[in-house]
Amino acid sequence: MATDTHSAAEAAGPGMPQLDITTFSNQIFWLLIALVVIFFVLSRVALPRIAAILAERQGTITNDIAAAEDLKVKAQEAEAAYEKALADARGEAQRIAGETKAAIQADLDVAIARADAEIAAKAAESEKAITEIRAGAQEAIREVAKDTAKEIVAAMGGKADARSVTAAVTARMKG
Amino acid sequence: MSDGESLMADDAHGEGGGLSFHPMDQFEVKSLFGGDIGMFTLTNVTLWLALAVVAVFALMVLTTSKRAVVPGRGQSIAELMYGFVYKMVEDVTGKDGIKYFPYIMTLFMFILCANFLGLIPTSFTTTSHIAVTAVLGFGVFFAVTILGFVKNGAGFLSLFWVSSAPLPLRPILALIEIISYFVRPVSHSIRLAGNMMAGHAVLKVFAGFAQVAAIAPVAIIGVMAIYGLEVLVSAIQAYVFTILTCVYLKDALHPHH
Amino acid sequence: MEGELAHIGAGLAAIGSGAAAIGVGHVAGNFLAGALRNPSAAAGQTATLFIGIAFAEALGIFSFLVALLLMFAV
Repeated sequence: MATDTHSAAEAAGPGMPQLDITTFSNQIFWLLIALVVIFFVLSRVALPRIAAILAERQGTITNDIAAAEDLKVKAQEAEAAYEKALADARGEAQRIAGETKAAIQADLDVAIARADAEIAAKAAESEKAITEIRAGAQEAIREVAKDTAKEIVAAMGGKADARSVTAAVTARMKG
Repeated sequence: MSDGESLMADDAHGEGGGLSFHPMDQFEVKSLFGGDIGMFTLTNVTLWLALAVVAVFALMVLTTSKRAVVPGRGQSIAELMYGFVYKMVEDVTGKDGIKYFPYIMTLFMFILCANFLGLIPTSFTTTSHIAVTAVLGFGVFFAVTILGFVKNGAGFLSLFWVSSAPLPLRPILALIEIISYFVRPVSHSIRLAGNMMAGHAVLKVFAGFAQVAAIAPVAIIGVMAIYGLEVLVSAIQAYVFTILTCVYLKDALHPHH
Repeated sequence: MEGELAHIGAGLAAIGSGAAAIGVGHVAGNFLAGALRNPSAAAGQTATLFIGIAFAEALGIFSFLVALLLMFAV
């Protein structure tokens, strides 16, 4: 099998098949065919197809980015609207709370004033009653003291002078 | 690269015993169905070139058949390749180089697939043949040179006239520039073929050491390490070939330094 | 005798591969040094790095080719 090719190789040189000129035409012929086939496969089919795929992908990416940008703007708008609504609601709530507070305060003030007045009246009344009671009590004490002093003086054998006893008791009670 | 192949090589060379290395046998062009090799014979070159075409087709067409907006694994790879080469062309040649993108993509995909297919054990590496890479390299050279003259007319020659250098130096620089310009296709093609050839030959030599049982483990580890390096080299050489093509293309489109 | 000399020549030519290795290391090392000084500019220069490596390596490949030619074709 190898002998005939070897004879060709031996004719050109002892060892290097690369320098065997007899095979050059064959190699070049088939190489050119292979290159032409590869060129047409690539330039007619593969390269346009890959370019189309890449362009399509680029387009898809660009579209997606644009859509994402759009959505982002929308989201920002929505957020702004939400913020605004929130601020409005908060203001309203504060206003209502303020009004309510004022109304309650007014009611409260009236009620407090009335209560103060009642309390003052009651206190004055009580003060009066206490003063009367205290006055009554002092009078009673004086009488009792006078009587007791008179009795004691009498029991001791003296004659009680009503006026001097009264003066002494009064002086004692002040003391 | 397999045992079978190396045994066959032994038979063919009629050597026996001891260590025998035939690192270059893997590059032999063989007829698939026997007979002499003419221009249109189906050879292993044909087979592996066809497989490279199939690989490119599978990688770039089948994976993208769903046209998914969210790519799957295969489609990601195809898009990655596309984006990688597209950006390379755009960065190096500028906006007006974009219309040559399909040609450069063809080169890149072919070299990449051929290099990687060549790494399959017992396979045949089409890009390790100078005839193949010379077609690629000189193809680029002539295309770029013709394009340069078509686009710029005689102004293309200003590529060799370094106007930023002092006047007395310019003729010498022009000579150097012209020589380096004509060496370009040679180095361009030899670099690719040489890298592929060297790597595969080294793999084969290391595999040959495995014939001796005592050093076989070391040899196998060596083969694994070199294989890893070769995977890297395969990708880098495809990249380098492509980016140099872009650089030459840029020179053709904008010859003024 | 001539074949043996060719083999010696091939070995000598293979030294060029080592020289190319030095060159590639030089390119990559200087790139790294520059990249560490100014990491922000490094990403844009990877293409230049690979072009530089490719040029340095191409010459090593030439010497490898010479070695191969001496081994197998002479």
